[in-house]
Amino acid sequence: MASREHILSAIRKRLPESQPAPSLEQAWTTYADPTQQFADVLHGVGGLCVRCRNLGEVRAHLASVPEFSQGTRICSAVPGISLGNVILEKIDDPHDLADVDYAVLPGEFAVAENAAVWVDGSRVSHQAIYFIAQHVALVVPAAEVVHNLHQAYARLSFPDSGYGVFISGPSKTADIEQSLVIGAHGARSQIVYLVDEMSAN
Amino acid sequence: MEHASLAADFVKNDERAHWHDRSLWFVRSKRDKCAHALPEWELLRETASQIKLHLMSQLDRYLEEFERNATRLGAVVHWASDAAEHNQIVHDILLSHGVRKVVKSKSMLTEECHLNPFLERHGIEVIDTDLGERIVQLRDEGPSHIVMPAIHLKKEEIGELFHEHLGTEAGATDPQYLTEAARQHLREKFLGADAGLTGVNFAVAETGGIVVCTNEGNADLGTSLPRLHIACMGIEKLIPRAADLGVFLRLLARSATGQPITTYSSHFHGPREGGELHIVLVDNGRTDLLGSDEFRRSLNCIRCGACMNTCPVYRRSGGHSYEATVPGPIGSILAPARDAGHYHSLPFACSLCGSCTDVCPVKIDLHHQLLTWRKELALRKLVPWRKRVAMKLAAGVLKRTWLYALAGRFGRAMLRWMPRFLIYHRGNPWGKQRELPPAPKRAFRQLYRQERKRRGQS
Repeated sequence: MASREHILSAIRKRLPESQPAPSLEQAWTTYADPTQQFADVLHGVGGLCVRCRNLGEVRAHLASVPEFSQGTRICSAVPGISLGNVILEKIDDPHDLADVDYAVLPGEFAVAENAAVWVDGSRVSHQAIYFIAQHVALVVPAAEVVHNLHQAYARLSFPDSGYGVFISGPSKTADIEQSLVIGAHGARSQIVYLVDEMSAN
Repeated sequence: MEHASLAADFVKNDERAHWHDRSLWFVRSKRDKCAHALPEWELLRETASQIKLHLMSQLDRYLEEFERNATRLGAVVHWASDAAEHNQIVHDILLSHGVRKVVKSKSMLTEECHLNPFLERHGIEVIDTDLGERIVQLRDEGPSHIVMPAIHLKKEEIGELFHEHLGTEAGATDPQYLTEAARQHLREKFLGADAGLTGVNFAVAETGGIVVCTNEGNADLGTSLPRLHIACMGIEKLIPRAADLGVFLRLLARSATGQPITTYSSHFHGPREGGELHIVLVDNGRTDLLGSDEFRRSLNCIRCGACMNTCPVYRRSGGHSYEATVPGPIGSILAPARDAGHYHSLPFACSLCGSCTDVCPVKIDLHHQLLTWRKELALRKLVPWRKRVAMKLAAGVLKRTWLYALAGRFGRAMLRWMPRFLIYHRGNPWGKQRELPPAPKRAFRQLYRQERKRRGQS
């Protein structure tokens, strides 16, 4: 703890003149059709946005996705979509999720400006599932699309979400000669379902 | 070694130097497209800068607030004055948990502290999991760029490297194939790791949380499998409020790679259930910068790399020619602050074009600080004698109008009439790899006088 005092006292000796914090209340960009903006940006970052009226339509669409229909280990953690054979609550060790082919997971809300979906880690038993599954679909209520990140943070309150993450598209890298490759360590593909009616029936 | 000599090696391969230049300009162009698409870009930059300056003016209070909140959430906060203490703290935590294998996501701070070799000396396996970082780790060299660590390498070289280390097909160069091989190789490492180490992009005083940004998902995979998460951060990574993240996350990826946001922006508030989170706060020279009116703003840096991508010197000389953890314009300010004697050539690796200052998302006055460094180095007599003599001579000429005019006339005549070998030789670095422009017949002052006469104003 000697270093703690050392650092703090060094800072106090060198503090510059006080500066006020700027206001964040500004006329930040909004979009005429935030849902369309979200879909367009998501397409640009390698994901796919699908609008569905209800969860039945989500299930039907998933059936047409080869990565889903050909997967052997499937996991769903969205209430009302009882698909798959991996039950997260019954898994003790997240390492056992290493062979999950497809995961259908909840997202809280979507951000139009950058195609990010806010994911609350406490909604699932193992947050690793969002990254370890080969392919991921996020199911988000269609009414929950905000325009920009400022609105997004206005909705969030920490530490309510012990772990939370904005996910925008599938995992990617361009570390080899700036060639974009989708599927670095996390999901190789990502679908975001924006669903009008989230109730289970 | 001086930047200029190391850069001379880099530019020997002309074709490759131009390829490097184009690769980075491509990223800069993507950044421009993203920035221009947001009407409030300048407002965001100004706001970000003000947030950081506000933070600096109450850094002690905010650090304590952060520590209090993080601790309340169950994280353990450590303080390290320098690199050695940082490394020791990390090692002690690992030791007390019996950790043998660590997966690390990108952290410039741990590069700055040379954590990897330290842990390896103590028998701990450290695997860098960012693809670019893994590539340079396998090559046993440092990153040449803070966002794109392997930007200096061609896919043929990476193919060869992977063939040797990961058993990929000989001669394979397809990025898709090579990335897939790295994915498989690193999956095993993720699954076998005892602890995950990450850097920190932002730490929020108000909430006690930390935010880590990646495109690959390596920070999340590395921290959601093992129970132990160690996050290392410089004390300047702090921001006051969670709402400030809205400003910084809008700027970071757009400035870095021209993306609207990184694929994953992960917010950790305390350890996950059954896990442990340790946060190491590191000074390592940062409080010295805080005390300097000239260089304080360099603490605003959010490590986006935009100043490197736009810098004509960086693009044409490569990151390794700086021999510093952080290369490019911002590195040329930070490195001499750490060791002016060793890094004295870096503030001169700059044409003062100011492009870095224009793109910096947190409005660091980079080229002004680089100029200030030159003055500082001259005062400390850390400038090579040839440069000192040349500057003295130039000052003598520039302050005498008649001598300046005479020198100009002499120079114009010489450039026209002197044989080539007298102009292009070792003593004239300006003639290296380029043709000097044709000398004008008249001086600007003569042309100006003539023009005024022509217009009838005397």
